Amino acid sequence: MQKTQKELLKVDNLKQYFPIKGGFFGRTVNHVKAVDDVSFTVHEGETLSIVGESGCGKSTTGRAILRLDEPTSGEIEFDGKNLLEFSKKEMRQNRKNMQVIFQDPYASINPRQTVRQILNEAMEIQNIGTKEERNDRIIELMETVGLGAHQADRFPHEFSGGQRQRIGIARALSVNPQLIVCDEAVSALDVSIQAQVINLLKKLQRDFDLTYLFISHDLGVVRHISDRVIVMYLGKIVEIADKKSLFTNAQHPYTKSLLSAIPSTNTEGKKERIILKGDVPSPIDPPTGCRFHTRCPFATEKCAKEVPTLRSEDYMEEGHMAACHYIEEIKSGEHQPTR
Amino acid sequence: MSTKTNSNENILEVNELKTSFFTDEMEVKAVDGVTFAIPKGKTVGLVGESGSGKSISSLSTLRLIERPGKIVGGEIKFKGENLLEKSEAQMRKIRGNEISMIFQEPMTSLNPTYTVGQQISEAYKIHENLGKKQAIERSIEMLKLVGIPSPEKRVNQYPHELSGGMRQRVMIAMALACNPELLIADEPTTALDVTIQAQILELIKDLQERLNMSVLLITHDLGVVAETCDYVAVMYCGKIVEFADVNTIFSNPKHPYTVGLLDSLPPHDRDIKDDLPVIRGSVPSPAEMPEGCRFAPRCPFASEVCKTLPTLETDENGNQIRCWIYSDKWDGDPEVKVHAKNTERTS
Repeated sequence: MQKTQKELLKVDNLKQYFPIKGGFFGRTVNHVKAVDDVSFTVHEGETLSIVGESGCGKSTTGRAILRLDEPTSGEIEFDGKNLLEFSKKEMRQNRKNMQVIFQDPYASINPRQTVRQILNEAMEIQNIGTKEERNDRIIELMETVGLGAHQADRFPHEFSGGQRQRIGIARALSVNPQLIVCDEAVSALDVSIQAQVINLLKKLQRDFDLTYLFISHDLGVVRHISDRVIVMYLGKIVEIADKKSLFTNAQHPYTKSLLSAIPSTNTEGKKERIILKGDVPSPIDPPTGCRFHTRCPFATEKCAKEVPTLRSEDYMEEGHMAACHYIEEIKSGEHQPTR
Repeated sequence: MSTKTNSNENILEVNELKTSFFTDEMEVKAVDGVTFAIPKGKTVGLVGESGSGKSISSLSTLRLIERPGKIVGGEIKFKGENLLEKSEAQMRKIRGNEISMIFQEPMTSLNPTYTVGQQISEAYKIHENLGKKQAIERSIEMLKLVGIPSPEKRVNQYPHELSGGMRQRVMIAMALACNPELLIADEPTTALDVTIQAQILELIKDLQERLNMSVLLITHDLGVVAETCDYVAVMYCGKIVEFADVNTIFSNPKHPYTVGLLDSLPPHDRDIKDDLPVIRGSVPSPAEMPEGCRFAPRCPFASEVCKTLPTLETDENGNQIRCWIYSDKWDGDPEVKVHAKNTERTS
């Protein structure tokens, strides 16, 4: 699926800490380490997904890349340019290359604007075309996302949830972006509508050579739409791999339990389920060492002390990496569950 | 397999239930003649997309419908007695005691100003006339049962001090406090992460076996249904379109809507090369509700006869289907075969 190996987006050592105010004079007493030292690259034309449970930092990563929140530290390179060195004005100009689709289309589009105004505003800000050209483009966009041209002067409340998400997609497309960050873009939709929107996203990717950073908690959707997948846990990447390797040959114990936890519609042949104990710990005071060690069935003392780095073993596919001290030992059966 | 015949085996029987909402302009028939039964000790799943009427059906069962909504017809037989004929005082004795309910959002269904212990012990005080101390002791036992660590400490905490999964456990503890015979769980795991969802579903299953409870599970998640239910009722636009045991629903679904739902779900255990199969269009608004089969405008097989409403027919196995294709009145393609691509489990 990867058409080229050109790196469109390169994220290095990204950290996003949110301060917690408290005590005297609202001093910063602590930090929520939402994203803690995350690095990855997105190739042109591919779909890279980030999956994980709530609080793992997947949405924060997406927002930091678009500089919707200013990252604490790290480097973000987009198409060869360092985004974090851009002024606000330069960043705004650059946003035409990178767009976002949010989960709740009703909360992310202005209810007092008609679809025409919504789409026109996006293009006007980016100085695209004359008024007439923009009007033609609006009609073209509406048809591209499967809405009727006659619906252009309607307000968002006159549309159903799935149609509203199509408006959000049309708005993102209006400025001809290279990269679209889809933040839980189909999560709020009913399955029958969700399938329609997923097919639309895939079609648009083929037609316009789009690159997607697809953030989702739904592993079924991720398997269908992605080329590569990142699994995050408590602000860190625990595994990154080609879609196929990840779903058929997961290495990290967290990825394995996540995959086994999805309820399956296959009623024949029940699978073995790994049920994790306890909850996700707080990102304010994350566990030492491997952040998963408090819930990991294989955890040892080493896991509580040393932070594992992303690494590969010989038998793993190229580009498949996991952050676990015992990848090989668990696979060979040498290292058994410790609890 | 026969679920409909012997009423002694069914803890709950809902017959032709109709619940409507009245606006100035029109009557919105949210639940439009729903019939199903829950066998004792079994779990029945009620599935459908938003607006199908599944939640209103469950709220109607406990008579929790508020104005402008109203139950306008049918009967709800719980252990042979029609709940719609009960007084409000009698209903109050049943709610939380014989029939309990768990809601989707534990934060909005727990009172933030009372401790967990106070909220659970309320059930004991009202239904079992226990004193404060005894009630708290029983609450601690309940918290232990649902797997909350250090329950003696948790019992004095407020909902905001607990995580989402813990809050849902508290809701379950509260619902199960008086050993209900029927538990109605409305999207109990929808707001939770998958690893926590797996814990909660396991817990409900385990408690059900231990307490011999019957469960009505309302959900939009077909995976959850497949893993927890014995029987499944599929709802569309206020009507049940198919009812069958869980294996039949997933391996041999009959209604084009059930098939469409199963197909449009991207599977996580294998790859689909092409586009996902979709159900065209969207759920009709109440103002545009079709006269005949509600699903006809979106159905790939719709024919002339579908302009009239099909009835819910029961086959020899006790499974039910509301579709003309399976009747002798069918006037479309006689060779038509409705089957889900998802059931071709070759990989």
